[in-house]
Amino acid sequence: MSVTSRPGPAPPGTHEMLPGAEPVRLLDAAGRWVGTGTPPDAGLRRELYRRMVLGRQFDRQATALGKQGALAVYPSSYGQEACQIGATMALRETDWLFPTYRDSVALVARGIDPFEVLTLMRGSWHCGYSVRRHRTAPQCTPLATQCPHAVGLAHAARLAGDDLVSLSFIGDGGTSEGDFHEACNFAAVHRVPTVFLVQNNQYAISVPLAAQTAAPTLAHKAIGYGMRAALVDGNDALAVYTTVTEAVERARAGGGPTLIEALTYRMNPHTSADDPTRYRSAEEVAVWSGRDPLDRLAAHLRAEGLLDDATAAAYTAEAEALAAGLRDRMRQPPALDPLELFDHVYAAPTPQLREQAAELAARLGRHAS
Amino acid sequence: MTPQLAMAQALNAALSDAMREDDRVLVYGEDVGPLGGVFRVTDGLAAAFGPQRCFDAPLAEAGIAGTAVGMAMYGLRPVIEMQFDAFAYPAFEQVVSHIAKLRNRTRGELTLPLVIRIPYGGGIGAVEHHSDASEAYYVHTPGLHVVAPATAQDAYSLLRAAIASDDPVVFLEPKRLYRHKGEVARERPAEPLGRAAVRRPGTSATLIAYGPAVPVALAAAEAAADTEGWDLEVVDLRTLVPFDDETVTASVRRTGRAVVVHEAAGFAGFGAEIAARVSQRCFHHLEAPVLRVTGLDLPYPPPLLEQHHLPDVPRVLEAVAALQWPETGSTS
Repeated sequence: MSVTSRPGPAPPGTHEMLPGAEPVRLLDAAGRWVGTGTPPDAGLRRELYRRMVLGRQFDRQATALGKQGALAVYPSSYGQEACQIGATMALRETDWLFPTYRDSVALVARGIDPFEVLTLMRGSWHCGYSVRRHRTAPQCTPLATQCPHAVGLAHAARLAGDDLVSLSFIGDGGTSEGDFHEACNFAAVHRVPTVFLVQNNQYAISVPLAAQTAAPTLAHKAIGYGMRAALVDGNDALAVYTTVTEAVERARAGGGPTLIEALTYRMNPHTSADDPTRYRSAEEVAVWSGRDPLDRLAAHLRAEGLLDDATAAAYTAEAEALAAGLRDRMRQPPALDPLELFDHVYAAPTPQLREQAAELAARLGRHAS
Repeated sequence: MTPQLAMAQALNAALSDAMREDDRVLVYGEDVGPLGGVFRVTDGLAAAFGPQRCFDAPLAEAGIAGTAVGMAMYGLRPVIEMQFDAFAYPAFEQVVSHIAKLRNRTRGELTLPLVIRIPYGGGIGAVEHHSDASEAYYVHTPGLHVVAPATAQDAYSLLRAAIASDDPVVFLEPKRLYRHKGEVARERPAEPLGRAAVRRPGTSATLIAYGPAVPVALAAAEAAADTEGWDLEVVDLRTLVPFDDETVTASVRRTGRAVVVHEAAGFAGFGAEIAARVSQRCFHHLEAPVLRVTGLDLPYPPPLLEQHHLPDVPRVLEAVAALQWPETGSTS
């Protein structure tokens, strides 16, 4: 039996391969529910907000640590919390997440220790968390190369009969890369249970979207692969959560992959080393400041009676405790063993690596193991 | 009696045996399914094991390599085929940035048991982009094992070892040896990667070669024995990474002279590494500088001119003759 002929939901019709004329929006600018159905469960909405508050504070703290030199670099997620947390919460624990370097807040929302999340940016190793335990790939700094990994993993899981889904995050600039195209194409041809979530934050470092694509939207690229498309307001956490959940569960049921474009904005510089005043206007930033995803969800929760001052204060206190804990742990020098550099190149070091390890050990005044 | 198989058949047997023994092994690439690969190395595998375990991916080398990363992360043991050496370059970022590094990036938590098979090298009269000897790119990338068999038996045994390896292996298959036959014992236990073989013992000088250059070195050794009276030792590296310093060093210390033979361009080629290692380890045993007989430092020539680029017996013998023999005679 061919992998492409399994039973499951029908392949998408042509109209489903195109995004709607307007992005999916479930909360208006003032946080009022404008969806057609009923909103997600109240507890879920509160939890989304709680994780966004924690994520925002984590991001602030990490940005500060970057400025203080405690991190080698930090690419901020400020303004993209609805995308990262809405999407992450649509996944089951058994699903796999394939993040980029800008998705640290998603990792915190996934339940990974914030200190371990920052290992890469601190520079003490390339990945600080257990990839298997969290079913979360190492943050990917090359662009779009994580997408075929997500596709391959989900394909392997389906061959094994496991009902898991993978989700890869990618940015607007990343969609110009060949690996994005190759991953989308493979996923659609083999109906792989995977979701591509493009966080279109409008800039690839300094280059605006118009210099990346002439397509009407990035979501329109889906039809070129025969894949379902969705365009969503990326600063509307409920819209992101709902859209990603639909895509994830459809993929799990055998309905194939979906390409989702979430419209958002990178409020901070690309990284601590960037100067965005060279390529975007204060007026533009101000417009997006008025579309803050936390403010919108908070307004919704308060209007629905799901968030009072005491709860908001509790979330803030929890977030401050998270940041304080992070600061404290960052003050401790990392426990680094230079000889560990040789341990993870191959299953067993080659004779040449053993020689080099012995030389380094001698320079360190130690005996190699 | 041990059967005679062509190298392509030996590789096919290795894939087939590995797939039969371990259902985590799967094979995919371009035209590897019903067609059986452009060199027929995967012939019959789709029919025998079904389209889930041997299939044609969309024509996209980075996608093939990148999806293999994800499959290996989930516990499969993918064997992917790049159709030709020079068509493997689109996959280069996945190979260098992910396949070679995933174990390291995850501090040893993730292993990447995957094999990248690459029909490799020239001498088959092919048009451009079908004849590159691209090993230097891979051997220069820590985290990869790089293998280049020269015999049908090694093609079988080393591919089995590569599939059994928990680390990624770039498996370079000399195209011009695909139809060369040799005895292949399928029951022989897989040898570990990283062992060179002395193909022809000798005392006068050591020829160090791998992959398609091994038959050239052996032919040169026979010719030298017939016409010049030199008794040349031929070392077949078989595995470029890990490099078998021990075998190479022992041979050159014994003979005192060495010539490296490979198809790839000489400048910054793998032969430069071998020459440096031999010079450093055998300096006090050497009677002459280590010489190299390699491809010319130019883009691979059009097929009607490739014979001027590829190392051949006369060029190897010229190099051997230049190894500063004593005036009184060419050999003892």
